[in-house]
Amino acid sequence: MTDAVIPFVLRRLVQAVPTLFLVVTLSFVLVRLAPGGPFDLERPLAPSAMENLRRVYGLDQPLPVQYARYLGALLTGDLGPSFSVRDLSVAELLGRGLPVSMTLGALALLAALVLGAGLGGLAAAAKGRPLDHAVTALRTVALTVPGFVVAPLLQIAFGLSLRWLPVGGWEGGAPAHLVLPVVTLALPQAAAIAQLTRNALLEVLATQPMRTLRALGLPRRVIALHALRGAALPVISYLGPTAAGLLTGSVVVETIFGLPGIGRAFVDGALNRDYTLVMGTVVLVAVFVVAFNLLVDLAYALVDPRVRHA
Amino acid sequence: MSAAGLSLAGRTRRRLLADPLARASLAVLGLIALACLAGPALTGHAAERIAYDYPRTPPSLAVYPRPETIVPALERLALRMRVRAEDVAVADGTVRLTLASDRPIDERVLTFFSRSDLFGPAAVAARSADGRRLAVTAPVRETRFLLGTDALGRDLLTRILVGGRVSLALGLLATAVALLIGVAYGALAGYLGGAADAAMMRLVDILYALPFIVFVILLVVVFGRSVVLVFVAVGAVEWLDMARIVRGEALSIRRRDYVRAAEALGVSTGAILRRHVVPNALGPVVAYAALLVPKVILLESFLSFLGLGVQEPMTSWGVLIAEGARSIETSPWMLVAPAAVLVATLAALNLVGDRLRAALEPGAA
Amino acid sequence: MALLSVRGLSVAYAGGTALDSLDLALHRGETLALVGESGSGKSQAALAVMGLLPEAARVSGSVRFDGTELIGLPRPALDRIRGARIGMVFQEPMSALDPLFPVGRQIALPLQAHRGLTRAQARARALDLLTLVGIRDAERRLSAYPHELSGGERQRVMIAMALACEPDLLIADEPTTALDVTVQAQILALLADLKARLGLALLFITHDLRLVRRMAERVAVLRAGRLVETGPTERIFARPQSPEARDLLAAEPRGRKAPVPAGAPVVMAARGLSVSYPGRGGLFTRAAPRRALQGIDLALRAGQTLGVVGESGSGKSSLGRALVRLEPAATGLVRFEDRDLTRLDRAGLRPLRRFFQPVFQDPYGSLSPRLSAGEIVAEGLRVHAPGLSARERDARAAEAFAQVRLDPETRHRQPHAFSGGQRQRIAIARAIILRPKVVVLDEPTSALDRTVQRDIVALLRDLQARHGLAYLFISHDLAVVRALADTVLVLRDGREVERGETAAVLARPREAYTRALVAAADLAPEGQS
Repeated sequence: MTDAVIPFVLRRLVQAVPTLFLVVTLSFVLVRLAPGGPFDLERPLAPSAMENLRRVYGLDQPLPVQYARYLGALLTGDLGPSFSVRDLSVAELLGRGLPVSMTLGALALLAALVLGAGLGGLAAAAKGRPLDHAVTALRTVALTVPGFVVAPLLQIAFGLSLRWLPVGGWEGGAPAHLVLPVVTLALPQAAAIAQLTRNALLEVLATQPMRTLRALGLPRRVIALHALRGAALPVISYLGPTAAGLLTGSVVVETIFGLPGIGRAFVDGALNRDYTLVMGTVVLVAVFVVAFNLLVDLAYALVDPRVRHA
Repeated sequence: MSAAGLSLAGRTRRRLLADPLARASLAVLGLIALACLAGPALTGHAAERIAYDYPRTPPSLAVYPRPETIVPALERLALRMRVRAEDVAVADGTVRLTLASDRPIDERVLTFFSRSDLFGPAAVAARSADGRRLAVTAPVRETRFLLGTDALGRDLLTRILVGGRVSLALGLLATAVALLIGVAYGALAGYLGGAADAAMMRLVDILYALPFIVFVILLVVVFGRSVVLVFVAVGAVEWLDMARIVRGEALSIRRRDYVRAAEALGVSTGAILRRHVVPNALGPVVAYAALLVPKVILLESFLSFLGLGVQEPMTSWGVLIAEGARSIETSPWMLVAPAAVLVATLAALNLVGDRLRAALEPGAA
Repeated sequence: MALLSVRGLSVAYAGGTALDSLDLALHRGETLALVGESGSGKSQAALAVMGLLPEAARVSGSVRFDGTELIGLPRPALDRIRGARIGMVFQEPMSALDPLFPVGRQIALPLQAHRGLTRAQARARALDLLTLVGIRDAERRLSAYPHELSGGERQRVMIAMALACEPDLLIADEPTTALDVTVQAQILALLADLKARLGLALLFITHDLRLVRRMAERVAVLRAGRLVETGPTERIFARPQSPEARDLLAAEPRGRKAPVPAGAPVVMAARGLSVSYPGRGGLFTRAAPRRALQGIDLALRAGQTLGVVGESGSGKSSLGRALVRLEPAATGLVRFEDRDLTRLDRAGLRPLRRFFQPVFQDPYGSLSPRLSAGEIVAEGLRVHAPGLSARERDARAAEAFAQVRLDPETRHRQPHAFSGGQRQRIAIARAIILRPKVVVLDEPTSALDRTVQRDIVALLRDLQARHGLAYLFISHDLAVVRALADTVLVLRDGREVERGETAAVLARPREAYTRALVAAADLAPEGQS
């Protein structure tokens, strides 16, 4: 099987090229459609200064030329200079934000997976009993209370009232500063994973292969292990895009907790018409999405032999 | 087996209504929708009316103005009218008082009464000969703020209901757009199959790789202040899941013998889609649509929270929650009340969608 | 004392009773056949013995196995019996095995659980078992996944699992129903052989009474949840007492088709008909295209029935679809009367379509679930008689209902309100309302119980005689083919194996493959049915 994996991965990487190309093109068109420009300050610049700036950044060229230049630079890995943060390139900006967002995202993903799979398993085992209903209720709350409500409530409770944890800031990733953002990020995902796990487990347990295992008089533990493998499939498909999303930053959490991640950088970039920063973020996120979709397919093939050679 | 005589829709409705939680959720949804539609006319407040006398009033059943605040309020009013308030008496919802001044009083100052939030238009009962004393009666304007007021003294209940109209309408609008595009696209791709399907789904895959939130924010920036356009755009993005679901259904329906039979009868592609494919793919679509509405509502509040969505003077649940989050230390109800309504709506919609999906499953009991 | 003794066993669901106070006894080394049509409660009985019924089922009565009461037995105690002392084989070997694990691991599971073997020991024993159930190249097959095995091999694996711990009792629930006839015969022989060698008691559950004769010492006949007759196999076959047993025994379709009138014109012909599908690969592999049908010639005359027989994958359905132009992948020539259909595009084909109509196997899948039965039957009229008003269409639908002997008043109901046999009549009505000349019948009776089958066969013969229809009758069931077809065409792997007059081919098959099919079908002797 391993010798078949590499061609498969290569094929998928080649297929990703048109995808990324379309993403770049679409976002280029959209950004340029937006009214206003990167140098529209509150106090308008002198026309000559504006002219100068536009020339320096190549904005005086016709759009197709700018597009071609951007694509060309992108192929060499150059995301261009930032228009809003002077003296920094987009790559440098993203390089600063990415560790923040990825730290938070990875921790949240881990927490969500452990908590979600655990609760989902418990709920499935207790199907129809009070524990199951309790998990359902918890899940509904976690799924429906938006992050921007949860976050301030957490700040009030653990920051301002109990004074256990700081209400915001990054401080080089000090653990205490990570807790509340990670909890905010993880809660809805844990709820979603719990729901998926529970339903998938119950579905798998009702299938005929599981009936066969019961007919063989196998202990519950063995049957549960078999069921878990089948139930992992829908969870894996969910985890792909979710991981890509979590790792590339959350606008809300970064805003509320004042964290210097990718999400915040993107919104600021969009509002300031920082064309290159917006495009750079879009490309980064798209790369993550493509990569995680590929990982999902590989994980799927690892779990399900039918997918490998059906 | 007892349900054998019913159509699928009938059976689904029965299964759904047999579930107490689903019934309760539907009732909650109906109540919230009705309240949003009719409620603002019944609260006695206009959503945009600013009441400078009642900023940050906490929720309560109490009648305002409180009796002990009437005299100080009159005194403040008198100060602004540059007169003195004397012999103040409050009875049966009316204040009687005498305005006194060192100079003759211009009766036009009485408009200050009707401009205040506490009193109605004042009437002159008697006027002294020198015009320096004016006996005045004015009705006390009695109001309640069931859910309190915001920083500008606007009634929160009214604002929540008015904001609900916007949030719900946007949720439905975007869902309808997603439904329309997704069903048509998915049914066509699934039914055609083969190369056409592969090409159409490749496009969907590519669009899937677009970072969704990023994309929506871009759309907002481009379409700027036109909220409706933004949500048409959101719907135009959210159709992807719908298209996949319908396409999957259509692919399996295409292989069913009843479609083959229709093809053998020479039924046209359009008629096969209309009569056989779409009606039979609709079950999961309905359930998914019910789950999409809360997703879009959440998205709206998210955008409004970032200041990118609905703009003043229009309001929505997202706008209210954003305001609430900013003043959580001084007036927590401003966050709690709209958030509670939002969460109740989302939870009910999710539950209905969930149960609908279960009820539509072919093997469901 | 009986090894298994069932007394007053009842199974009920919210919707009604599935099994009503069943009494059975099975002794060591004995085979008891539990026979009944679908819905008779025979599988419910087996599942109740094994404690495998869904939670919604209410079970009462008594099941004693070797002195131990199984009903209400706590799970750990039950798990010391099932898998260890009672083995079970299910109907669908594909869905009964776990698709995510190699079969060797699955066979090892009961050995590890009940015998406390280590993984290596269990693997060695699994190898022996695979050899025992007749799997070739067992060493390599141990690490195969279920989807890499054929249907017969999967069922052998199932049997190996059930026998792993050398049980006293084997319950086989329709173990051959999902398999092709030739494989079916092999599996039955294997079961008989194992039973003799291992001294097993066998509870053999089937809807097909013919299978029972060679397998069982005693037979119990179930109908609608009730035991209607039980006794020694010889006696039941010789002197069935209950009408149900008589029905099951006599259920092979009766009668023969009248010969084709001389000089009947050829209505449909095919030359060099081939179909091949693009291969479906996995994530990491691409498969080569699969040839489903290769170079078939045929000619159908008015009033003639050509039977097409073969096992699954033989290309018989592809042939049927290619004839009615539902197979875009088909190449070769198809003529209807004097028109070359292969040269016509969609639009050109449309007016001709009313002359050749298909009827499919699955009566549940062939009717659009949201339309009323009347609308379904009348659908072709919308295309081919667009001038008709809705009222006229409905009247024609009512007529067609009467033709297939359905109550026209029921035409406003939706398909799910009809039974399998009634649905198949609706499908036939949909085809004949257009007054076609050729009807392609793709296994129209195989999803139906024998008694229903017999009525559909009679209806088809009657319609053919009245309207001079030409049938292409596709089936794996030689008994039905014998009752319907003038000539028979035997297919294997997409190629013609043998062709000839039906009676001749069935009586004196020339090719080995045809001989195997005929032997496996175990037809009632000519003249007796």
